[in-house]
Amino acid sequence: MTKKRKNEPFLVRDCSLAAVAVGVQAQSLRELRDKIATIHPGSIYHHFWGGRLRPQFEHPEYHNDFAAWAHHALHDNVLAERLGVIDPTDFKDLEGLRQELIDVIEERLDEQDWLAWARREDQFHFIRSQIVVFSTPLRIETPADMQDVIPSMSASSIFYHFIDARRRTPEFLDDFCTWLNGFDGKYDDLIQGIGQIDPYFLSLVDLKQRLSETVSDYLMGVGYVKTYIEQTHRRSDEREGNGQ
Amino acid sequence: MKTSLDAYEPIVGRDIIDQLFQIATPLKGMKIVHVNSTRVGGGVAEILHKMIPLMNALGLEAQWEVITGTSEFYQCTKSFHNALQGNHVVIPDTHLREYEKINAKFAEEQRGTLEDADIVIIHDPQPAAVVKHFTNRKGKWIWRCHIDASRPYRPVWKYLRDKVANYDASVFSLADFAQPLPHPTYLIPPSIDPLTEKNIDLDPDEIASVYDEFGIDPARPMILQVSRYDRFKDPLGVIEAYRLAKKFTPTLQLVLAGGGASDDPEGAVVLEEVELAGRDDPDIKVLDLPPDAHRTINALQRASDIVLQKSIKEGFGLTVTEALWKSKPVIGGNTGGIKLQVINHHTGFLVNTPEGAAHRIRYLLHNPDKLKEMGDKGKEFVRENFLLTRHLREYLTLMLILWFGNGDRIELDRLDWRTGGKS
Repeated sequence: MTKKRKNEPFLVRDCSLAAVAVGVQAQSLRELRDKIATIHPGSIYHHFWGGRLRPQFEHPEYHNDFAAWAHHALHDNVLAERLGVIDPTDFKDLEGLRQELIDVIEERLDEQDWLAWARREDQFHFIRSQIVVFSTPLRIETPADMQDVIPSMSASSIFYHFIDARRRTPEFLDDFCTWLNGFDGKYDDLIQGIGQIDPYFLSLVDLKQRLSETVSDYLMGVGYVKTYIEQTHRRSDEREGNGQ
Repeated sequence: MKTSLDAYEPIVGRDIIDQLFQIATPLKGMKIVHVNSTRVGGGVAEILHKMIPLMNALGLEAQWEVITGTSEFYQCTKSFHNALQGNHVVIPDTHLREYEKINAKFAEEQRGTLEDADIVIIHDPQPAAVVKHFTNRKGKWIWRCHIDASRPYRPVWKYLRDKVANYDASVFSLADFAQPLPHPTYLIPPSIDPLTEKNIDLDPDEIASVYDEFGIDPARPMILQVSRYDRFKDPLGVIEAYRLAKKFTPTLQLVLAGGGASDDPEGAVVLEEVELAGRDDPDIKVLDLPPDAHRTINALQRASDIVLQKSIKEGFGLTVTEALWKSKPVIGGNTGGIKLQVINHHTGFLVNTPEGAAHRIRYLLHNPDKLKEMGDKGKEFVRENFLLTRHLREYLTLMLILWFGNGDRIELDRLDWRTGGKS
């Protein structure tokens, strides 16, 4: 989605991530704090979101790499739980998220009389992502088409439009809601429904499923009738316009 | 038009195949050359056998060249391999000179091909020194390291680093393996091909044929390790784990299946040690299989109850991926890429000792429901993450990044590699 004027079709795009080892490691909790303070923001992004597109088990116990490391390498489950509950969607930008991470870690450092550290082979390796974005033949002409098109989208396409969109759009919204906002409030109920989907605790496959269900539920209800009538009127208007 | 990629559709889904064609569009016509040191044996050769045709099916012009050398060359490169995995090895100057001589000779033989290539991917240390003979190259050169180089023997790494520093980028399988280098370092795990003879579905008769062929009793439990005869794979540790578990499950059988690769001079020595260790137990089968025994290995993996990969060092461990793909839980050494694939209590167990392996063998043999559940989870885990189509997509992504810039975000629309930018 590069251009989104009112009622323009939604052009489905897809993406592929390349993971880059940035050559920065942490072996103790203090090192982790110091490195988080200065690491490229793309690395913070990767360790919260990038994992969605790299090998990981379907239902990981912890939903960001910092929390998982605190559990597996530092064996500090208190810290793991506190880091694990951080929801990146609560923060307007990655700097806010970075500061929250530092605050949680510093609080834990203050509580401890000794420094938590990991074995050498369990160091935390900072990684950042490069993202390649490309077009697909899929397009959504009207909101009603969403229920047909979303099931055909790849997991990485869902990632691009639903998760990545939040850091590249000024309103921090997913692309679907941004597009639906272009219909002058006609789809506010659907926007609200999509807005209630929490992407943080769903796999991309589950996220796609939830999106599809939300759209279907909306279209099956009052919204669908409203939309159908509006579309019928619009087509009728267009036919009349063409005929003149 | 049907292409060789369409055969993967029933396994990975149409969206994944379409995605590959979309990513490859700006790279059409690009000349790609892969270089490694063997056409048979080992995971790299297996990947390249399938990766090259698929790249060509996507419209790229991919080819594969192999550097071959003398006995001294292979001894030298085996020493590199061992040193990268942390062994303290002293490499004689005569071996290093032979290594450089073979690389220089290969560079001259392949000068036209390599100078003409848009992307050259050099696999592992054997051909790593070729790059220095191409100072005015036009293409992008990538060093692909498949080895666990997390704690290399420093003097040898220093020697190799001087060669590798000349590349435009390097690729490691895991972040733990990556070494600081003066160019971007990418992370791409390897993969298996579900359509090769080693991984395709087999009918029950063919699976059953290995029982007769190798004297295995189908009515008794069988554990298996498939790997080269290499000390880092710890075959003697597997025998020890088997003996500990057999005290509790006297009917247990162990199959160690492997062979040598043409670039591995140590294999025969290790095989002899393993045969000696297993000689007094008829339930231990030590198989020295030819490098093309793919269907036999496939059948053995499917015939086994549990697969072991008790390595003490491992690059990635494609034999783990293969076993998971066949719905077998894996008991693996807590090292390297095995850690990425074996998820404790989900796809298998990570262990550090023969005692740990024996404990987990006993647990799984006494919990057949758990064994099946883990096997099923493992297959889906591989489908999502470790098949050739994902590997191919990541190579294509890397090529796009190397050609079209190094920013955090590359918009592909209307890019054409011939112009280096917008068409």
